[in-house]
Amino acid sequence: MGLLSWIIVIPFLTAMVVVAIPRSQWKAIRWVSAIGTSINLVLTAVLTYRYWQVSAADAVSIKSALFTKLYFVEQFPWFKSLGIQYYVGADGISVAMVILTSIIIFTGSLASWTVETRTKEFYAWLLVLVTGVFGVFLSYDLFLFFMFYELAVLPMYLLIGIWGTGPKEYAAMKLTLMLLVGSAFVLVGFFALYYASGLNTFDLQRLAQVRYPDHFQAWVFPMIFVGFGVIGALYPLHTWSPDGHSSAPTAVSMLHAGVLMKLGGYGALRIGVYLLPEGAKMWGLFFMGLTTINILYGSFGAIMQKDLKYFTAYSSVSHCGFVLFGVAALNLMGLKGAVLQMFSHGIMTGLFFGLIGMVYGRTHTRIIPEMGGLGKVMPWLATAFYIAGLASLGLPGLSGFVAETHVFLGGFFGNPWSNGMIASTLTIIATMSIVVTAVYVLRGLAAVFQGPITDHHFEHLTDATLPERISTGVLLATLIIVGLMPGPFIDLIEGPILPILNRLNESGVLAAVR
Amino acid sequence: MDQLNLGFALRNAWLIPAIPFCSFAIVGLFIAPMSKKLAGIVATASVFATAALAYAIAWEYFTLFPAGAAHPAIIPFSFEWLRYQPGLSVTAGIYVDPISVLLMVVVTTVSALVHLYSNGYMHGDEGFGRFFTYLNLFTFSMLGLVVAPNIVQMYVCWELVGVSSFLLIGFYYQKPSAVAASKKAFIVTRFADLGFLIGVLILGYQGYSSFPSLQGSIAPELVKYGVTNLQPIDFLYINHPLVLQSLLANGGTIMGVSLLTLAMVLVYSGAAGKSAMFPLHIWLPDAMEGPTPVSALIHAATMVVAGVYLVARLFPSFAASEQALLVVAYVGGFTSLLSAIIGITQDDIKRVLAFSTLSQLGYMMLALGVGTMAHPLGYTASMFHLFTHAFFKALLFLGAGAVIHAVHTNDIWEMGGLRKKMPITHITFLVATLAISGIPPLAGFFSKDEILAAALGNHFNVLFGVALFVAGVTAFYMFRIYFVTFWGPFRSHHPEHAHEAPFTMWFPLAILAVLSVIAGFFPMAEYVSIGEPLEHEGINWAIAGPAIGVAVFGIALAGFFYSGEAKRAATVAAAFGVLYRVVKQKFYVDELYIFVTKSVIFQFVARPIAWFDRHVVDGGVNLSGFVTRRSGANLRHLQTGQVQTYSVWYAGGALFILLVLWAAAMGR
Repeated sequence: MGLLSWIIVIPFLTAMVVVAIPRSQWKAIRWVSAIGTSINLVLTAVLTYRYWQVSAADAVSIKSALFTKLYFVEQFPWFKSLGIQYYVGADGISVAMVILTSIIIFTGSLASWTVETRTKEFYAWLLVLVTGVFGVFLSYDLFLFFMFYELAVLPMYLLIGIWGTGPKEYAAMKLTLMLLVGSAFVLVGFFALYYASGLNTFDLQRLAQVRYPDHFQAWVFPMIFVGFGVIGALYPLHTWSPDGHSSAPTAVSMLHAGVLMKLGGYGALRIGVYLLPEGAKMWGLFFMGLTTINILYGSFGAIMQKDLKYFTAYSSVSHCGFVLFGVAALNLMGLKGAVLQMFSHGIMTGLFFGLIGMVYGRTHTRIIPEMGGLGKVMPWLATAFYIAGLASLGLPGLSGFVAETHVFLGGFFGNPWSNGMIASTLTIIATMSIVVTAVYVLRGLAAVFQGPITDHHFEHLTDATLPERISTGVLLATLIIVGLMPGPFIDLIEGPILPILNRLNESGVLAAVR
Repeated sequence: MDQLNLGFALRNAWLIPAIPFCSFAIVGLFIAPMSKKLAGIVATASVFATAALAYAIAWEYFTLFPAGAAHPAIIPFSFEWLRYQPGLSVTAGIYVDPISVLLMVVVTTVSALVHLYSNGYMHGDEGFGRFFTYLNLFTFSMLGLVVAPNIVQMYVCWELVGVSSFLLIGFYYQKPSAVAASKKAFIVTRFADLGFLIGVLILGYQGYSSFPSLQGSIAPELVKYGVTNLQPIDFLYINHPLVLQSLLANGGTIMGVSLLTLAMVLVYSGAAGKSAMFPLHIWLPDAMEGPTPVSALIHAATMVVAGVYLVARLFPSFAASEQALLVVAYVGGFTSLLSAIIGITQDDIKRVLAFSTLSQLGYMMLALGVGTMAHPLGYTASMFHLFTHAFFKALLFLGAGAVIHAVHTNDIWEMGGLRKKMPITHITFLVATLAISGIPPLAGFFSKDEILAAALGNHFNVLFGVALFVAGVTAFYMFRIYFVTFWGPFRSHHPEHAHEAPFTMWFPLAILAVLSVIAGFFPMAEYVSIGEPLEHEGINWAIAGPAIGVAVFGIALAGFFYSGEAKRAATVAAAFGVLYRVVKQKFYVDELYIFVTKSVIFQFVARPIAWFDRHVVDGGVNLSGFVTRRSGANLRHLQTGQVQTYSVWYAGGALFILLVLWAAAMGR
């Protein structure tokens, strides 16, 4: 079994170990999951290092490649008659997403240190979910991809429904149903590709060798983009997000907003744009317009929120808009910006939801007007919150800036297939969000952490504990490192973007479908 | 860099931002939690070291390119920081030309003195370590901004100085007014930076488009100055005459305005935000909520001149688009007039100084605006005024800080009679007040004179008149606070217990006082100019005479009203009635902003969107869920399990199909 399979399997094995531990040993359960996620973190580091080594050799050839160059491939048939295989591999985008997932699940399991109801089932489901996420980012067979995708989505229902807060059953039901509607779109798209190619395979790389007719791309691309858009919070299909995130327990919110929402952008890029370049060209401007709404609408929506989790959820709607906006911009900077934003927003929003959980665990309220002056008693959490907030308003030196400027430049520079004037105008409209974001972030954080302490109960609250400091510290360090030294990270993802871009420019080279 | 023989300091110029950055990281992460006193010492020492390096750089640069010769920009250090795509990278680096050298010297000098002063001023404060961490962060960001060789590094550091300013204004984070002021400062400047960002996008796109065809004729000549990897966003590219020509020729127009003008006006909006030009000036007076050393460093001497510096940095581009430069000139003139008038009526000593800063910033912008590439005296005058103003304004703020430290109030009407209690503070404050009023031979006189000469020289007669009038008003309101604070009787019990400031505080005052005296004699024109170097001209007494006249008149008037009990002033204020109130309320600009944000944007944009999302978009989702469930519930009744019911439906369906078929057959 290769490195990638281990990365996928370890969370699942950890979940199995957790299931085997007696319920009374809930402390052991926490430790087992912390160790399991640490192993994943180490394996991810190994993967990243080895990817650096092996991909360097292809730095030149990738510039003109038309197909994603995969490394660490493991491929063997599964259902031969249907052309379904177990096919995992990694390119730089996958590696970036695996790094993100490993960091979030590691910090998330530390941030859930305080879950005491049904600890065993909680961790088991959480780890199963992560198995699905790793699987999605590493599989290159559409069927396998879809299976992992569902594995990532479904445990969410239980995690929110059982361990959530507020109207949790409603939120869990809504989230699951809306995401399943998205999955249905995606599935139709996958089957359409399967039949149209006539290759009797779900192999992504082989499906990519076909040039699908324009009329086919014209309807399958939006199917796939919208299908993935649901989980990427594409307007107006984003409304599962505020309810879902605010009802979910801390680690689930972290994982969901931090990683699961990225499956949308990832799928739209990896499958939508990669397989259907002509469709992408036809629909690019339309989706740029829709995501511009996302970006502004989410940030305006956040201004009025009173609940910290709703606040962050609307902010996520806005920031995930940047991901899909970048994808729709269809040029190097846009696509790169989309991946950067997936990573950056993942870390940032993971930090946000982790911190909200920590603050809530102390104050027992998430309502902004009920808090005030908390910075005095919890300086660590306040500082971390401010850094996350500054990252979310795109402060240079933190990762959000790198991602957002890529997306803005990508949108503004436009592409040869859509009206440049409209693309630039949409970008200018989208840039207005940097002001609105500053408004809601600073208002929200000031109300929670600054000013005099409003409630005398707050005077004796404590600052972050050691697991919480490790958890937030890792996330903060990631934000700062990527923000200060974006070079290596950009090298990681630029290479794999090039084939996708080349296909847009030269889709005529591909063999037309029979 | 083989062609130029660089000395030690220039070769190591990267240390200029690196030293304060390392100090920031080390002090913030390790020293501040450990020992407050050590944090102050390390932070201060690092900035003094940076200052020493800045002087060495100035020395080496002006040895390499002596006075009166041409002063090309050199880039002794650069590296690729962020690659957007091949052919569009941000090369972070150090850009050394006369104005960056000037600013390096100003920023490090004032910053070092303010660090020293803060050791005394902030003594015993709970957040002592945090304060020095922020100050170091600011110093790093400001120096990074000053040495930026390209517009993106400028933007990056621009935002970073913004956030340091935000952190320092809100330093007393438990005080609601300080929190509100910090938010206001950040959000107003962010709004302005939106324009800057869009301007950067336009310039970046245009540069990227013209780069392939023009690079060949521009890049080779720059190699000997250290530019090995020219990028379309480098200032040396953007400002190049060939690039500007091509942009004017090919850029086209949008709504009757050339693209260049549009881009420059957008960039200027960022500059106007940072330098607090009308109508984006509202954040600066509130920023006085920060500790006084911060006001001296950030909101008087350095950060607020970043806008002026940005316009100067892009001066060739502004000059190529004449309309953009006119906007700069008239907005600057208007701001300087408006804020000088408001300054007369304020009672908080720091707010008066804040309005005076606004007014002087307007002066600098005005000076840039009246310059042209052919007659660039305004450019030199602006930089000259920036230089002298940094010293006397920092001195005024630090002096005010010493006074506030001694009497524990900001209200000038609770001070009075302090000249005996605080002699050093009094003398240094007087020097600075004379300097800002433009009395020879102090620094402000020379730089103001040059601005007036520049305005008149390029036939901006209205702006010349405004500048002359403002000079008089400035002398008046500055001597108003001087007299009320230091003369007359004790106006409350506060001044009775006042003491002179400790050494760490009065020493910086003394240094700045010396600088405020001698800075004016610096032959700026021979060192700082754009295009061909200027001749150092003497004082034109036809311009200087009236300027001195209005200043003396202003001082005399202030003395008449305020040197004693100041009852006359109240009478005059009462006589003006409504007009006085309008001015005192700062022309109600703040109220207008609050109305627009709270009542228009929040109520009519944000709230409806939040409502729409919950009730319409989400309502749609819930509706579909509802419809599904209801239809399921209703359709359930069809499945009764009774064969009789099924057979009725079956018969009905069959009949219906027959009818349809029959109708179809008839129709044919």
